[in-house]
Amino acid sequence: MHKITAASILKAAVFTAALALVPLKSAGADTEITLFGSTTVQPLAEKLGEAFEALHSDIMVTVGGGGSSVGVKAAGEGTADIGMASREVKESEFQEFPGIVVHTIARDGIAIVAHPGVSVSNLTVEQVRQIFSGEISNWSGVGGPNQVIVVIAREEGSGTRAAFEELVMDEALITSGAILLPSNGAVRTSVSTTPNSIAFLSFGYLDPSVRGLSIEGIEPSVSNAKTGIYPVVRPLNMITPGPAGGAAARFLEFIMSPDGQAIVSSEGYISVI
Amino acid sequence: MRTRFIVDKSVGYFLMLMALTSILAVFLIGFFTLREGLPAISEIGLGRLLTGSVWRPGLEEFGLVPMIAGSVLVTIGAAILGVPLAIGCAVFLAEIAPRWMSNIVRPAVELLAGIPSVVYGLFGMVVLVPLARKVPVAGNSGFGLLAASAVLAVMILPTITNISEYAIRLVPREYREGSLALGTTRWQTITRVILPSARSGIVAAIILGIGRALGETIAMIMVIGNSVIIPRPLNANPLTIFLSQARTLTGNIAVEINYATGIHESALFATGVILFVLIMLINSSARAIMRERTR
Repeated sequence: MHKITAASILKAAVFTAALALVPLKSAGADTEITLFGSTTVQPLAEKLGEAFEALHSDIMVTVGGGGSSVGVKAAGEGTADIGMASREVKESEFQEFPGIVVHTIARDGIAIVAHPGVSVSNLTVEQVRQIFSGEISNWSGVGGPNQVIVVIAREEGSGTRAAFEELVMDEALITSGAILLPSNGAVRTSVSTTPNSIAFLSFGYLDPSVRGLSIEGIEPSVSNAKTGIYPVVRPLNMITPGPAGGAAARFLEFIMSPDGQAIVSSEGYISVI
Repeated sequence: MRTRFIVDKSVGYFLMLMALTSILAVFLIGFFTLREGLPAISEIGLGRLLTGSVWRPGLEEFGLVPMIAGSVLVTIGAAILGVPLAIGCAVFLAEIAPRWMSNIVRPAVELLAGIPSVVYGLFGMVVLVPLARKVPVAGNSGFGLLAASAVLAVMILPTITNISEYAIRLVPREYREGSLALGTTRWQTITRVILPSARSGIVAAIILGIGRALGETIAMIMVIGNSVIIPRPLNANPLTIFLSQARTLTGNIAVEINYATGIHESALFATGVILFVLIMLINSSARAIMRERTR
């Protein structure tokens, strides 16, 4: 008797362990909206979600991070109602998930920032590319003092990095000597404490602890990005598995409404209407 | 009698179930890591994974040499800084410190093991990285092997100290007495008699500490720079290799897994498989050395 009991308990334990390995799928599509993806879009989506919940008390908006690639994947595989990406959706991703629909809800500038002690205040796009590819490795190469440039960047796969590579780097690769950090916040902290450093940051993270460099003579500001003269601007996207329906469609409608776009502007991003 | 017997038996089975669950966890983790890593291992090839020196997932280049070099170098650095400190501490606790003092020092060292590694990372980022930056070498950003080794050295201190102290305490009292009776000084007794007798235990302690160092992740990410380069000296002095940035195997997984898809994701699991094997080898060699001692 005892042996059988023990065996069945063991079996139950194994079964439970196996169950836990099955990914959970979101249920109740009309009362709950789940979003996953870019950590750049995440805080904005949370703010939009709170405002939306205030209008529709029966709907709950859940926002998670993970990064832009996770966002596209989550939408493509249907594990989230909406995926978030802080870059264009790649051709390879459209091939993998042909049904997905992309909604651009806002735009965001990418600022080139340096340690506050750096005397250079303006760079051309070409110079930025040469610095990040390692071709120029000393500030004297761009009119600064004779100091080695410390390049700080985001890790491979980050939406901010992907957008920066697409908009600035062209075909060039970011130097393998770059210090790679896993979030906008870590990049800002490191630039502010590392002399002679340079990095790229989402506009939402600009503050006086780092020095925002002008590109082609244009200051990195929301107004310059909005008028289109600041050159490094990317879309913030929400991606649905197919044409949006149900609660997700109403949420997207709200985001694109004047009320929703007012939240986009107040959070430091560029509205799309 | 009968109920007592049943209670006894079922408690036995219950405890066995708990032990089996732990084994099951190890087995499942090993199994799934291997399963997820297999596509990369078969598609890229184990040889190219282990000998490739370029890691550019965007271009389908998956060479782990920079990460293997980074892990090995940071572990060597941690051992150079941490092992003398830990063994010194163990000798002090076991041989020299009066009881009241070791009762203060020992819990303090053990407390080091309880500090979350993200706190070590934070400390490294705001204190050790700026300190390492003070070394006047062109291209020294502060982020790199030196800061990372220093953080790791402190993190492995409790492991090595505890086990070494235990090994030293196991040395029979007669050895000490015999040695001292021959007219040796305390220092001679420690270096010539006690440490050689406790050698295998101390070696096992060092190996376990190294295993712990290899597995450390978040604190490394915060101070080592994570650049995908094979560390090399910054100037003619070969020691400046420790001022170079690097990336560890664990850091490679943690930094990229959030964004990885397809073969890239699988390659990260393959990185995990390699780590798994490395740590298994290290732990079993520590075990073998300890077993030899008790024989």
